[in-house]
Amino acid sequence: MLIHRPADVLPSEITPRSLFERRREFLARSGAGLIAGAALWHGLPADARAAAKLQTTPSPLSTTEPLTEHKAVTTYNNFYEFGTDKSDPARNAGRMAVRPWTVAVEGLVGKPRRFDIDNLLKLAPLEERIYRMRCVEGWSMVIPWVGFPLAALLKEVEPLGSAKYVEFLTHYDPEIMMRRPVLDWPYGEGLRLDEALHPLTILAVGLYGEVLPNQNGAPVRLVVPWKYGFKSAKSIVTIRLTEQQPATAWNKAAPQEYGFYSNVNPEVSHPRWSQATERRIGELRKRPTLMFNGYAEQVAGLYQGMDLKKFY
Amino acid sequence: MSLSLKTPSAATLSAIKAIVFVLCLLPAANLALGWRADALGANPIETITRASGEWTLRLLLITLAVTPLRRLTGLHWLLRLRRMLGLFAFAYAAAHFAIYLWLDQFFDWRAIALDILDRPFITVGFAAFVLLIPLAATSNSLAIRRLGGRRWQSLHRSVYGIAILAVVHFWWLVKADVLEPAIYALILAGLLGVRAWWRELERRRQLSVPPPAKHLQRPVIRIVPK
Repeated sequence: MLIHRPADVLPSEITPRSLFERRREFLARSGAGLIAGAALWHGLPADARAAAKLQTTPSPLSTTEPLTEHKAVTTYNNFYEFGTDKSDPARNAGRMAVRPWTVAVEGLVGKPRRFDIDNLLKLAPLEERIYRMRCVEGWSMVIPWVGFPLAALLKEVEPLGSAKYVEFLTHYDPEIMMRRPVLDWPYGEGLRLDEALHPLTILAVGLYGEVLPNQNGAPVRLVVPWKYGFKSAKSIVTIRLTEQQPATAWNKAAPQEYGFYSNVNPEVSHPRWSQATERRIGELRKRPTLMFNGYAEQVAGLYQGMDLKKFY
Repeated sequence: MSLSLKTPSAATLSAIKAIVFVLCLLPAANLALGWRADALGANPIETITRASGEWTLRLLLITLAVTPLRRLTGLHWLLRLRRMLGLFAFAYAAAHFAIYLWLDQFFDWRAIALDILDRPFITVGFAAFVLLIPLAATSNSLAIRRLGGRRWQSLHRSVYGIAILAVVHFWWLVKADVLEPAIYALILAGLLGVRAWWRELERRRQLSVPPPAKHLQRPVIRIVPK
């Protein structure tokens, strides 16, 4: 007996062979379309990109220096999970889904919590913080971040008396990120608790008044403006309070080059770059690098009595 | 115009040389146009520094590939391109060095001296460049005649060491991801390794062949000490 079983797929749904065989071309084209779309998007005047605007209040901690162009801030990034060339993250970070997203705050705290990203955004009023950003590679930017003090989050979880350090872990998904062990994934960073509680230390969720682009560490990243950029971990999923100093990604990769503190310091050279000067992106000539990236007045007290050549 | 690939006519060879000349200029033209159009990214000085360095390395490796390619393919006229390729490698190295002195350091001689002394990757890069200068200066027929073939050749063999320094320069510059310098190192190892292997074969051949009768001896370049 013949049982008439309907075909699983309607003939009308079958992709014509000619199209199927051009699927890669289609993918390539839609990729090109995306890039063109993104180019168009960035070419639009700022107010036309209003979809992702964030409500912010200005901060007295902001610098009044001229801002680095939006295009430079969002296309010149070190985010090794998405490639080691500085133009790679802008190309590849779009693969990362930033919703749903939770940030676990755990370890030596009275009230460990998992924050849904949308609740995290409402934890404290969002401020615009215009900070200098100095990369260990000898270049710098001025970036209008949007965020709130990390202290506001830490207060919520009530750190225990035994907590001395805060560890930050970046999201790692080998399906969409680099698999070669260039660094020990997931990317880990850390601060001393008093550094983490400092009013300059923020969790950033946006820049230029808009939601953070993925390549800049969406949906939430750390910004510690007196330290070299790599200390400011991106796309954070775990914040852990510890008693012991946490291991950090670059310190593990090259301990003689990247210390735990990594404060911007023109007097302590990196083995491969003099740290005495820097090139502000958009400028031709180098400028002198300032102690603690120009935030000495606010943060020098944290390191009183410490030999900064030893604790680099 | 002869179309024979094995033995091209003088006219064909001139045409090939002209094409190679233009090809070698393309990266520089591309960077110059990119600079004018502000299309070299957020840090154009870094872009041209990096690109001029990489093209130096590539051209050095291409120059070193001429002899093995010639031997493998039997296309002996490839040798006629070697001087131009080597001089282009030097031109890109000189541009790389000039960009560093001028655009990167703005002739801050103190900072430059400290860089060369303190930073190993700059030390080896600088050494590689300085060692290239005598090779570029003697890349002409007059110098070959003045020095004599043997001495000229031994001077120009220093390019093997220079290429190693150039790869080390790149390797030590990279922060963590050594994939790219490793690829250059592998290619260089192949190019030097095949020479070492052929030299070894030649040594064995010379050892196995009984010396010809006195009256038949012609001057040969011996690599086996007598």
